[in-house]
Amino acid sequence: MPRVVKSTILDAPVEAVWDVIRDFNGHEDWHPAVGRSVIEGGLRADQVGCVRLFELADGSGEIREQLLALSDRERSFAYCILEAPIPLDGYVAQVRLKPVTDGRRTFWEWRSEFDCPPERAAELVQLVGEGIYEAGFRAVAERLGLATPRARPGRAAPRPRPAPSTRQEVPAGAPAVTEAVVLERHGGPEVLSWREVEVPPPGRGQVRLRHGAIGLNYIDVYCRTGYFGLVEPPGILGMEAAGVITEVGQGVHGLQPGDRVGYACAPPGAYARLRTMDAALLVPLPDWLDDATAAAGLLKGMTAEFLLHRVEQVGAGDRVLVHAAAGGVGTLLCQWASHLGATVIGTVGSPEKARQARANGCAFPILYREQDFVEAVDEITRGEGCTVVYDAVGGDNLARSFEALAVRGHLVSYGQASGPIPPQDVAGYAAKSARLSRPNFGHYTGDPAEVRSIARRLFAALEQGVLRIEAGRAFPLAEAAAAHRALEARETIGSTILLP
Amino acid sequence: MVKVYTSSVLAAPADQVWRVVRDFNGLPDWHPAIADSRIESGLPADRVGCVRNFNLKDGGNIREQLLSLSDYDMTCSYSILVSPMGVENYVATLKLTPVTDGNRTFAEWSAEFDCEPGRERELAELVGNGVFQGGFDALKQRFGG
Repeated sequence: MPRVVKSTILDAPVEAVWDVIRDFNGHEDWHPAVGRSVIEGGLRADQVGCVRLFELADGSGEIREQLLALSDRERSFAYCILEAPIPLDGYVAQVRLKPVTDGRRTFWEWRSEFDCPPERAAELVQLVGEGIYEAGFRAVAERLGLATPRARPGRAAPRPRPAPSTRQEVPAGAPAVTEAVVLERHGGPEVLSWREVEVPPPGRGQVRLRHGAIGLNYIDVYCRTGYFGLVEPPGILGMEAAGVITEVGQGVHGLQPGDRVGYACAPPGAYARLRTMDAALLVPLPDWLDDATAAAGLLKGMTAEFLLHRVEQVGAGDRVLVHAAAGGVGTLLCQWASHLGATVIGTVGSPEKARQARANGCAFPILYREQDFVEAVDEITRGEGCTVVYDAVGGDNLARSFEALAVRGHLVSYGQASGPIPPQDVAGYAAKSARLSRPNFGHYTGDPAEVRSIARRLFAALEQGVLRIEAGRAFPLAEAAAAHRALEARETIGSTILLP
Repeated sequence: MVKVYTSSVLAAPADQVWRVVRDFNGLPDWHPAIADSRIESGLPADRVGCVRNFNLKDGGNIREQLLSLSDYDMTCSYSILVSPMGVENYVATLKLTPVTDGNRTFAEWSAEFDCEPGRERELAELVGNGVFQGGFDALKQRFGG
């Protein structure tokens, strides 16, 4: 959705400028682009809802515009286009004045947003910004007998929101060629190849973005091996990234080129420099959150959010067992669960990881290679067991996790890093009145409103310092296969990212 | 409730001015009335909730808490926790807006506060003219205006 923002300073008191422009039908007296203008239906020109019908001075047609709001106190008004000979769909404009108190001058801002065919966006932005708004500034200055405002020579061209990237962008509406990690067939890390792919222009409701950082997740391994049927070769892996929007399709509201966004969701396709995807899946990133941290933490953070707040509501008094407590999600579960008042017990594979887990809120790290974790939990909880167990290890570990569970405990199986999970003895769950959950990320993040709600709680926890995401190791995107090997070899600590 | 509003135009791009004024601990670098400043508890100066503790050149000590900071809107707001001025419920907002014509900056600094009856005019003058306009005048010297 193109946006136009123009502003100027006039050497006249704000009351004098407002007096000229507040009359919704008065533009025929001062704007050079406007011919004859009338208010339809005999309404007053300052009545909200009134419609002005005017000819364009160059004879190219008529425009009907409706007054949406007018405030004498704020010295502002808003209006929309109802009919026009040019494709400015959904055009809404706002005009506002502010006094410059140290010189009896006036700040005047005129802004709008609209939809239009992408190939005409640049032309229409220029027409509206220069032909209407800046021409209007000059006309009112002349009417008030002031020196004509004009951009000072030798200064940079005005840019309301400079895009962070200075690279040459792809022409709007055209397909782009980018480099990506392509899954050639299901299998080991060797099936990932680095090559050029085409990225389509954004369709309706879509945006094209340039990734700044991409998150590496265990689900990518499942997609690579074909265990999850989310990516059919040849296809692109990756469910998490952060970057900047370079182009928006029609019907996208509230996002524009230059906006920083992130996502953590299906469909996969993040292992690429550029990507086109549905705008509804994106979460705007707060300024304080950089791309690397967002890519390292969004999927894991959103997972931690729904595991702790939606699958179960962990709180004070809970005894929570977190497997792989120094891993990506494990670290966040320890931080957040301990902040929520739970006693956190964790399993780790090395003294170094035990130290990490303890620093992240895990009160009782268990070195599972040295001590049986069921026995350790029994000792730590004085035989009571854990009220919640988070198990992404899977395989034979899940049955052992059940042994560590308290009566009426909740066993949450959210992954299977060590292998497929054999059938469980559900009848045996009666021995503890236990619950078993097998949450699927997609089922908790399928709805854009829920995604934003999860992201809100996650960002608040990050901003308050409850959660601390440290991007672990970074691999060049082209070396994704090496990153997969490291992840599967359990060599990584924290969250690994890929840099395009 | 007393309301004070001061605005000015600076002859530099808004992002350039913002880099200077967004530093909640940076007042001594640009405001002529401030002698020194520190952020309490070792927090980063752009962490909402952090407290700046600064001394005026004429000797007073003021503690102010950062309530909001948006690099997107180029706006920050803060409240006074302790000051010798005798104001209550004092909340101030500093906002920059780009002026596209000439790539300049429209700067607004406003405040609302309560005080003892009879002192409204004196305090509005102190805040609006002394603190805010004094700051703008210094920024205009630095950036032109």
